[in-house]
Amino acid sequence: MRIEIAGENALIIYFGEDTDPHTSAKVQRAVTILETEMADKLIDMVPSYASLLVIYDQLTCDHLEIQAMLQNILTQLESAPQAKGTLITLPAYYSTESGPDLENLAQRANLSIDEVIQIHSQTEYRVYAIGFAPGFAYLGEVDPRIAAPRLSTPRQKVPKGSVAIADQQTAVYPAVSPGGWNLIGLCPTPMFDPNKKPTMPVQVGDRIRFEPISRTQYLALGGEL
Amino acid sequence: MNGFKVLQPGLLTLLQDAGRIGHHRIGLTSGGPLDMLAFKWANRLLGNPVNSTVLEVSIGGLVLEAEVNTLLVLTGAEMPLKINGIEFERWHAHRIKQGDRIELGYASQGARAYLAVSGGFQIEHSFGSTATVTREGIGGLSDGNKLKQGDYLPCNEVTSGQAFRLPELHRPEYTDNISLRVITGYQQHSFSDFDKRMFFSSDYQVTDRADRMGYRLSGPEVKASIDGILSEGICHGAIQIPADGQPIVLLNDRQTIGGYPKIGSMISLDTARMAQLLSGSTLTFEEITIDDAHNLHCLAHVKFERTEPEDVS
Repeated sequence: MRIEIAGENALIIYFGEDTDPHTSAKVQRAVTILETEMADKLIDMVPSYASLLVIYDQLTCDHLEIQAMLQNILTQLESAPQAKGTLITLPAYYSTESGPDLENLAQRANLSIDEVIQIHSQTEYRVYAIGFAPGFAYLGEVDPRIAAPRLSTPRQKVPKGSVAIADQQTAVYPAVSPGGWNLIGLCPTPMFDPNKKPTMPVQVGDRIRFEPISRTQYLALGGEL
Repeated sequence: MNGFKVLQPGLLTLLQDAGRIGHHRIGLTSGGPLDMLAFKWANRLLGNPVNSTVLEVSIGGLVLEAEVNTLLVLTGAEMPLKINGIEFERWHAHRIKQGDRIELGYASQGARAYLAVSGGFQIEHSFGSTATVTREGIGGLSDGNKLKQGDYLPCNEVTSGQAFRLPELHRPEYTDNISLRVITGYQQHSFSDFDKRMFFSSDYQVTDRADRMGYRLSGPEVKASIDGILSEGICHGAIQIPADGQPIVLLNDRQTIGGYPKIGSMISLDTARMAQLLSGSTLTFEEITIDDAHNLHCLAHVKFERTEPEDVS
């Protein structure tokens, strides 16, 4: 664990250098511990792949105080119970109709479309980070056989619910937005709804599986084409 | 409810309170006023609670019609304030009657002005805040939209509210050629001493890609020894150095995580000053320690608290 200064009222804790489930679990445990032990000191936290940004009120604490508290509290990290993360299943309608890059991706990977779908839906992913846009969850890691670089020209408009791959990450676009990821299907589950509680069906540390559904099922679940 | 009718929205006018706090974990950014000091004064000159909702007017051009009796104040950029065609003093609370026409000209110095009314605009909260973040579609009157013609800004009828004026000597000046203070941090070790010296000794210009998300600057290239990093949390004021070597200072509407190397972060007192600069303005960076940054922040807070505005009620 290494703590660095981020800004005038922010420190960043690094738990490792790589994307791996073990480091991600540490970040998640740190969030849980700090939520109970330092709730009154912290304004906000931003967990990501291997780091946790903590923001504090500089009128009531200084960086040395916060750093000392973090170091002290996070000694519990190793002994804290391993959070397994909730397993969440997201339905996905994979097809060339709902996933305009599916065919290209399969060709590049030397696989059939069905094989790509099978590989994508048989992997269990972990929510490593949430950001980029409200409700955008970075899921990892995609099987190297179907990993694909971002499009050289990003799309102006990626449809809401698009299931997408960029390198070894996959995600569901929570809303219409520009984007350069490879689109392989559509998910009817809303990933971000400001009027719902919770606003997101997943949180950092959760485990995700995609379940292939048919066009009819997709429409019945409220999906739009 | 009473309120103000928007006759002309101006270039970019947004409802803002002090910002959205505690929702970074679902990807929501903070929003809120780019110039916190001018925002705080706008509310204080009317005796409002600190988190009251005001209008942040960028560049100018806003025209409102009052359908309410209240008090109003304009702080921040030097944007002429006219009530029924007559120019009135900024940083000074004025009584407004139903039917009055409030008109803001274009800024001659600075870029953001703050228009507050007694008790603040009465806007529904989303995620605990009224802050408008257009990129996220959250806050403001609805779905993160900027003001448009025909909008209605609800506020309370106030006939005997507090009214203050901030004496000239306490008003900030919005000038070009400023030095902005930066704490080195994050990936600072991935920048050579040469590159750091280049960064802290060169002039940079504000480009036209400067908005509420971040200010993209142009000047001598600064190179990090790494291309990118694993995406991580970005704090307010963080300075990203992408592959082209041109710094981007991230502001209120920044994305919460990102993968560009960062050399450090600008202190909030200075992001406020930078956000008052228009494209083409020149600035330099000055390195300070985090202890100095804490001291400056606390001193500015005490100074704000202890500065007594003149009562003009």
